[in-house]
Amino acid sequence: MKLKHFISLEWKQYFRSAYWQKSMALNILLVFLALYFVVSFLFLGVALYPILKETFPDQDPLVIVNSYLFYWFLTDIVMRFFFQKLPVMSVKPLLTLPIKRRKVVHYVLGKSSFSFFNFLPLFAVIPFGVMLIINEYPMISVIFWILAILIITLIINFFNFLIESFSSERELSYVPIIVFAGSLYAINYFNLISFTTLVSNVVSAVYSNPIMLIIPIVVLIVLYLINFKILKSKLYLDSSLKTKTQEVKVSNLEWTRKFGDAATFMQLDLKLIWRNKRPRSSVFILVIGLLYGLFFYPNPTYQNQPWMFAFVGIFVTGIFLINFGQFIPAWDSGYYKMLMSQNIKYKQYLQSKHTLMTLSVGIMFILSIPYAYFGWEILLAHAAAAIYNIGINTHVILFGGAFNRKKIDLNQRAAFNYQGTGAVQWLIGIPIMLVPLAVFGASYYFFSFEIGCLTLSVLGLIGVVFHKKLMQIITEKYIASKYTMIQAFSQEN
Amino acid sequence: MINVANLTKSYGSKTVLKIEDLQIPKGQSFGLIGNNGAGKTTFFSLLLDLIRPSSGHIKSKEVLVNTSEDWKTYTSAFIDESFLIGYLTPEEYFYFIGELRGQNKADVDALISQFEDFFHGEILNQKKYLRDLSKGNQKKAGIVAALIGNPEIIVLDEPFANLDPTTQIRLKNILKDLAQTKGVTVLVSSHDLLHVTDVCERIVVLEKGEVIKDLATSDATLKELEVHFSGNETFIDNAV
Repeated sequence: MKLKHFISLEWKQYFRSAYWQKSMALNILLVFLALYFVVSFLFLGVALYPILKETFPDQDPLVIVNSYLFYWFLTDIVMRFFFQKLPVMSVKPLLTLPIKRRKVVHYVLGKSSFSFFNFLPLFAVIPFGVMLIINEYPMISVIFWILAILIITLIINFFNFLIESFSSERELSYVPIIVFAGSLYAINYFNLISFTTLVSNVVSAVYSNPIMLIIPIVVLIVLYLINFKILKSKLYLDSSLKTKTQEVKVSNLEWTRKFGDAATFMQLDLKLIWRNKRPRSSVFILVIGLLYGLFFYPNPTYQNQPWMFAFVGIFVTGIFLINFGQFIPAWDSGYYKMLMSQNIKYKQYLQSKHTLMTLSVGIMFILSIPYAYFGWEILLAHAAAAIYNIGINTHVILFGGAFNRKKIDLNQRAAFNYQGTGAVQWLIGIPIMLVPLAVFGASYYFFSFEIGCLTLSVLGLIGVVFHKKLMQIITEKYIASKYTMIQAFSQEN
Repeated sequence: MINVANLTKSYGSKTVLKIEDLQIPKGQSFGLIGNNGAGKTTFFSLLLDLIRPSSGHIKSKEVLVNTSEDWKTYTSAFIDESFLIGYLTPEEYFYFIGELRGQNKADVDALISQFEDFFHGEILNQKKYLRDLSKGNQKKAGIVAALIGNPEIIVLDEPFANLDPTTQIRLKNILKDLAQTKGVTVLVSSHDLLHVTDVCERIVVLEKGEVIKDLATSDATLKELEVHFSGNETFIDNAV
């Protein structure tokens, strides 16, 4: 009864949003991506047994799998943090209605267990289980083994819920998960506590003695109850209002005057970034982006694959561009009507965003110079990538913004609203990364590394030369979609 | 000053606004009233080019608002809270608007100093962001921001709603002063008949998107409007 109402509310919220109607293509892409993963997992599930049997003929494939489960679960936790969207529900209108608070919370928690991320493992685990049974493993034990994995997956689901609700209130929202996963990995790696054996023991225990399934079930219930308690305490208006009044940090941004006309908006953008949680996190991601090169460069296997340098270069110098740029002009969606009726020229507004992104590329390039320690080619590739980012990608992402129809509510602080990073956001980065990679890869393959860098730089310079013209095209596109954008931005999500 | 001709706005087959001819001269204080859905906000949105007219046009000082952007230099508006930038302090917001309208800090300071009693000590130097102010105080900030930069046309949608009685009275004085002594064309919509008749020299009543009354305000206007909106016009007419 109540459940039915909740579901119908969500259904309407989803399909009646302007965002849904405008981005069919994106939705289709997401479905394909999901299908891809389903198929890969199915394949993995079927093929894993024969492969292991062949590679390690003297070992039991099930034991091998069990010993790697820890890494599987750890990856699961990290992936979920970045890609799984937690259920969002606007609870305020429900608070005064005759609905028990408990019910709302149970619903939100229950809904999260129907996430795609919880079903994905099924596609690998069940075929693997079937293969085990075919190879004369005891059926009951295998079924309980599968159940154990599923329950642990659900444990991870609710654990992630806990992490997200914890970190969404913090400044550096990415830090807790990275520290957590990193330290687990390290503790395991240096054998302080062997989680690999621990997880493997638990799962094998369930396999040999089904009664042991109680352990993961108890953990699951405890986690559920903790989540329940936390969420329920957040279900009051004042608990979200408590943090309301922030002390104002006034800063004088006189240095932006150097940028002339664009200064007014640049000041506004800088305040936007510093004073709102969501855009602020795109600043912290810069740090992660900057360290990204450390994954590759110290590793000798990549030293001989210079095509990687361009990839890292585009990513490192363009990370702010991708993160901040893809939400232009949605950052300003809250007061878009005002901007449109104010005494401003669209061009000036867009120009300030462009300047900001260009600056960020420059700064990131300078900060990435120390990577030259790993080889001069890296510096060359980064420079080429930076020029390409400035010349081409800034324009591409601004142009893409004209198709932006999703409002970002900077002011919101409602409980249950994590506005986390969903998979959709990462998809938009693909053309921005893939095109330069293809260009570079092709010229590297047919000619040489230097020609590849040269091609990227020349393309970038062409973009710089035609900047005025490109901005004009972009501005026209924005003006053409002005009314649609105003309408979409004034719609509540 | 403002010239409306054959203006219509429809969504699908439903026409929400249909004004054949409406002239608003310079320096007039113009009041727009009507029940919910009468088309008041639609009209203001068309005037500010926030929605596209289905047919016809609005000319503001001979500028076609939906083709040129030149009207923006002398027009300002406060429609709702979405005109505010939540993460700025009121002062920063005033300076920001001031810069868009070519005013330096000193100009803006000089203007807002006139509104100290209107602000009632709750807006300036509060060390608070606009998003943390109450609805009423947000409205005060938005209205004053619309006065920055000597606009010739000021559009205010429901400026009296959410304000406390003292502020309502002060706002009325401000609006009267703008039209009478500074020659500013003020367009105001409201549900409060008393306020509109107090402030505006001309009142237009919209119903289902059409102009059904166009009155020059006199002593009898309030009575006439009350009768109209109570829905039994003929009955009272006969009684009088």
